[in-house]
Amino acid sequence: MEQRKFIVEINHLYKSYRRGSQILPVLQDITLDIAEGEFLALMGPSGSGKSTLLNLIAGIDKADSGSVRVGGLDITALSETELAQWRHSHVGFIFQFYNLIPVLTAFENVELPLLLSGLSRKERKEHARMALRIVNLADRMEHYPSQLSGGQQQRVAIARAVVTDPVILVADEPTGDLDRVSAKETLDLMERLVHELGKTIIMVTHDPRAAEKAHIVRELDKGVLNADIQAGH
Amino acid sequence: MNIPFSYSLRNLWTRRLTTVLTASGMALVVFVFASVLMLAEGLRKTLVETGAYDNVVVIRKGSHSEVMSGIDRLQASIVETQPEISIGENGKRLLAKEIVVLVNLSRRGSDKPAMIQVRGIGEASLPLRPQVQLTAGRLPRPASFEIIAGANIAKRYKGGGLGETLRFALSDWTVVGIFDAGNTGYSSEIWGDADQLMRAFRRPVYSSVLFKLRSSSDFQGFKELVESNPRFTLEAKRETQYYADQSEMMSNFLSLLGLSLTTIFSLGAVVGAMITMYAAVANRTGEIGTLRALGFRRRNILMAFLIESLLLGLTGGLVGLFFASFMQLLTISTMNWQTFSELAFSFSLTPEIVGQTLFFSLAMGFIGGVLPAFRAARMNIVDALRAA
Ligand SMILES: Nc1ncnc2c1ncn2[C@@H]1O[C@H](COP(=O)(O)OP(=O)(O)O)[C@@H](O)[C@H]1O
Ligand SMILES: [Mg+2]
Repeated sequence: MEQRKFIVEINHLYKSYRRGSQILPVLQDITLDIAEGEFLALMGPSGSGKSTLLNLIAGIDKADSGSVRVGGLDITALSETELAQWRHSHVGFIFQFYNLIPVLTAFENVELPLLLSGLSRKERKEHARMALRIVNLADRMEHYPSQLSGGQQQRVAIARAVVTDPVILVADEPTGDLDRVSAKETLDLMERLVHELGKTIIMVTHDPRAAEKAHIVRELDKGVLNADIQAGH
Repeated sequence: MNIPFSYSLRNLWTRRLTTVLTASGMALVVFVFASVLMLAEGLRKTLVETGAYDNVVVIRKGSHSEVMSGIDRLQASIVETQPEISIGENGKRLLAKEIVVLVNLSRRGSDKPAMIQVRGIGEASLPLRPQVQLTAGRLPRPASFEIIAGANIAKRYKGGGLGETLRFALSDWTVVGIFDAGNTGYSSEIWGDADQLMRAFRRPVYSSVLFKLRSSSDFQGFKELVESNPRFTLEAKRETQYYADQSEMMSNFLSLLGLSLTTIFSLGAVVGAMITMYAAVANRTGEIGTLRALGFRRRNILMAFLIESLLLGLTGGLVGLFFASFMQLLTISTMNWQTFSELAFSFSLTPEIVGQTLFFSLAMGFIGGVLPAFRAARMNIVDALRAA
């Protein structure tokens, strides 16, 4: 039935946090496949485990049990060092509060992840410039984050997320701190990344307009994934 | 590849008020540290420059300095006839049998007495010390109550100026000349005729015999002869070595005192740097999480914060060194504790001291920064991101 191949395959994933002597189950038996080129929205009430699930897919948190395969590789089996390398080349991060480095210019922020790649200085400059052109900020390269609006900062962050040409993009409430116009720009941009560059996006959101852009909306409730809701596409 | 250097540098610049305050504390300690080393070095230099490499000082075995030495006339004349001694232009041997005594003199403008070294000189004494120049007046006549005063004595001691008289050994001595010996110990001495001074002080023995070697390589042979021959109770040193030995105790003492003081002070500066760096780590927790998420490793984070704190130390070091360098303009007068006589010298900054000072400031930065940097590196990514 499904012809596209799955880029993310999550199987029986469990995650709990320890708070003192208490064990707090956060994710319970999550099984989820995400196809390549998909734009998936994760919704659900606060504290339902959306960010936790996203972090596990992005390889910045460790599951208790179960597996997360990305591009066929089980990332739950990787060491910390391997994970860092893997994240660098496979995952782009988009945060609610942009998380740009305040002391670096827009250009330097975008160039930053490339410092971990084997690219030459010249190649790094070219790639960073190209990423900033994609987000339409080529004229703001020398600006520091504090000199940019929230929407512009988020676009710089998106440029930073795509500059390494990752397979998946994870976005945790990317429009949560933006006004309506900037939020729309950001979502349009993310949609273009899916359509034009073939990126896979997994987005946690509370924003119904954001969910509307997604191909698929999945809902988490108290750590349990509800059945599919197909978005209006 | 690492987190760029400019990241650490710009973070210091961003919180420049804290940076300036923290670096100032370090600069203060560095200033003291460098000044003490410069003081010890200035002292050493002054004393070592007092000597010439090809000159040999002969003193009584085990007496350490001329003041405590005594050489009887017989031994002095045997030394005088040795073949290693250079012959001057006038056909005479470049050798001076000298006597050194200490007298109490008062400073100008106060009655506080200080011990001054009086040197009885011979005909060859001046030619043996080319750095000593008569700048005013003339040399003392033999068998007279005439003396010449070092520039430092003339300037700072009552009765030390040209034409004035000084009283010691129950006699009045007229200053008939002023000599300048640059930045050497001689500038703080008074010179007169050796035989006249021996009579006045009723001392039958010389303090030292100073001569120039005919050939620099003759030294070892002469030393062995003098020190192995049981007729002699003497020891021979190159003049440079003699003065280096003189300075050693005091400059070691100064260094030790200074270094223990600065070690205590530096604790304060290190704690200051540590507080600053812990605050920096706490303020940038979210940033640390972001960098880690992007793929930077723990050791990259560790390095970035260590570099930041090393830069902080370096800033303090450069500022402290900058101010310490002005100390070179100052001349200090102090007791030479080996001979208990007055000695004037300056702070001296050498490349070696610059190196040691910068190393010291970097060490303060490192010690202050290492724990905060480890805290930053140990953070869990998710926790760090949530803290933002
Ligand atoms: N590091 C942590 N330590 C303890 N509890 C945590 C931690 N991270 C998340 N939690 C808890 O796990 C639950 C799910 O958190 P999260 O995934 O951030 O939810 P969401 O993003 O859906 O709002 C919450 O109850 C939260 O308090
Ligand atoms: Mg969340």
